[in-house]
Amino acid sequence: MRFLGYTLGDETAPQPEMAPDLFEKMGKFMEEAYTAGVIVATGGIAPTAMGAKITLRDGEYTVVDGPFTEAKELIGGWALLECRDMAEAVEWSKRFIGVLGEGEVRVRPVFGAE
Amino acid sequence: MTTTDSTAAVEAVFRIEFPRLVGGLTRRIGDVGLAEELAQDALVDALEQWPRDGTPRNPGAWLMTVAKRKAVDRFRRDRVLAAKYARIGVDPEATGTDEFDLHLDLDDDHIADDRLRLIFVSCHPVLSMPSRLALTLRLLGGLTTAEIARAYVQPEATIAQRIVRAKKTITDAGIPFEVPVGDERAARLGSVLEVVYLIFNEGYSATSGESWLRTDLCQEAVRLGRLLAALTEEEAEVHGLLALMEIQSSRLAARLGPNGEPVLLLDQDRRRWDPLLISRGLASLERAQALGDGTGIYTLQAAIAACHVRCRRAEDTDWAQIAALYETLAKAMPSPIVELNRAVAISMAFGPAAGLAHIDQLGETGTLDRYHLFHSVRGDLLGKLGRNAEAADEFELAATMTENDAERELCRQRAADARRALTTG
Repeated sequence: MRFLGYTLGDETAPQPEMAPDLFEKMGKFMEEAYTAGVIVATGGIAPTAMGAKITLRDGEYTVVDGPFTEAKELIGGWALLECRDMAEAVEWSKRFIGVLGEGEVRVRPVFGAE
Repeated sequence: MTTTDSTAAVEAVFRIEFPRLVGGLTRRIGDVGLAEELAQDALVDALEQWPRDGTPRNPGAWLMTVAKRKAVDRFRRDRVLAAKYARIGVDPEATGTDEFDLHLDLDDDHIADDRLRLIFVSCHPVLSMPSRLALTLRLLGGLTTAEIARAYVQPEATIAQRIVRAKKTITDAGIPFEVPVGDERAARLGSVLEVVYLIFNEGYSATSGESWLRTDLCQEAVRLGRLLAALTEEEAEVHGLLALMEIQSSRLAARLGPNGEPVLLLDQDRRRWDPLLISRGLASLERAQALGDGTGIYTLQAAIAACHVRCRRAEDTDWAQIAALYETLAKAMPSPIVELNRAVAISMAFGPAAGLAHIDQLGETGTLDRYHLFHSVRGDLLGKLGRNAEAADEFELAATMTENDAERELCRQRAADARRALTTG
């Protein structure tokens, strides 16, 4: 089963200072998740200031450039996971956020082929 | 309600930690059977304590600590295991576990190696093939005996017994907990790859059981393949096998029609092939070909599978290249089935007459006389050449040989079609 995990946060809030060993710890975690065959694709995502919002209402397109003002946005990263069940996807998400120290991760099943 | 503390959450942690737990314990106590029991005992504690007290921050370390404590308890109780005290340098009379901890520390640098050692043990040729499959799913996949039994549509007691016997065989034979080196390595790695591919094929061929369970087996095999590829980065055939499994997996959804009927490769809706798995598979194939000379049996099969997934339309398939790859594969892995596939590729590339010539040459060996696909392929080629009477005979023969109802019906249908073509044509 596939799951999409992504970080959520308020990008306008001041970011806590990065712990000096975070990079190394995250690298180790990612390596373990790849080794276990859990992460099948992953990527980062730029701030909403670089994005656009496209809406279609009553046949009219509206394109609004970022930044967007929603309190919480998908920020930072996402990963496509292959896990046996939701509980496993939750556990890997916990491990990921454990490396970050704090924050919010959401994980949702991806409807698919199976 | 939180899912954090549920039984499912504990079991998820346990499945993730199990291979490293068993691997780490086996490295220290030298007995994979005992290590598995200790890990299992630790799970019982976790299932009791975590839902009540919350999951520890570092569950892997927690499980290892508990398992170590249980090891000490057992060694104290069991004088027969005295020899093992010596091996790990533990004084059974000492109080506390400090000294034991010193020798059983969870050394990060060893974790990866431990899982690799573990898979070489669980796929050891001293075990029967069914034992290797069950033990590998148990120790490396972290599946319970009930889950393995469900996947293989066998009674749980059968699987449980198989695993108990396998562990005993390993202990009795004194199989060392190590990654083989030198000449032995190639043969032992061959066994590991064979086990993983058999698990995959059990899921892929779906001969029995509920189909979703079988697909789960494919995913277990792919997961094992990814683990192996990460732990043995320089082995061409490991990447070849992973490439083969990722590419085959990409077609899983397209293999069944709306009513659950099988859809043959060339008739599949290619839009349903999974592009992510295809690109992963092609990347692994590239790696395999860069590391080796491209003549390993898994790398070759992956290269053949890649010829198909690279084409958006079936009619664009490069059959000449596939025929050439089958020729190389036939040398690396002489098999009548490979030759039969080669004949099909030849007929697609160079016409039915060329294919029939190859198949008749193959027929002279007599090894495929009782194989229904040999006859249905021969019937197909004869039909294309307008030799309908012979084609009908072959399809009728094929119908008597297959166990599969749908396939039998198809063969009879084609035989009838050939007879009709005979009278009208």
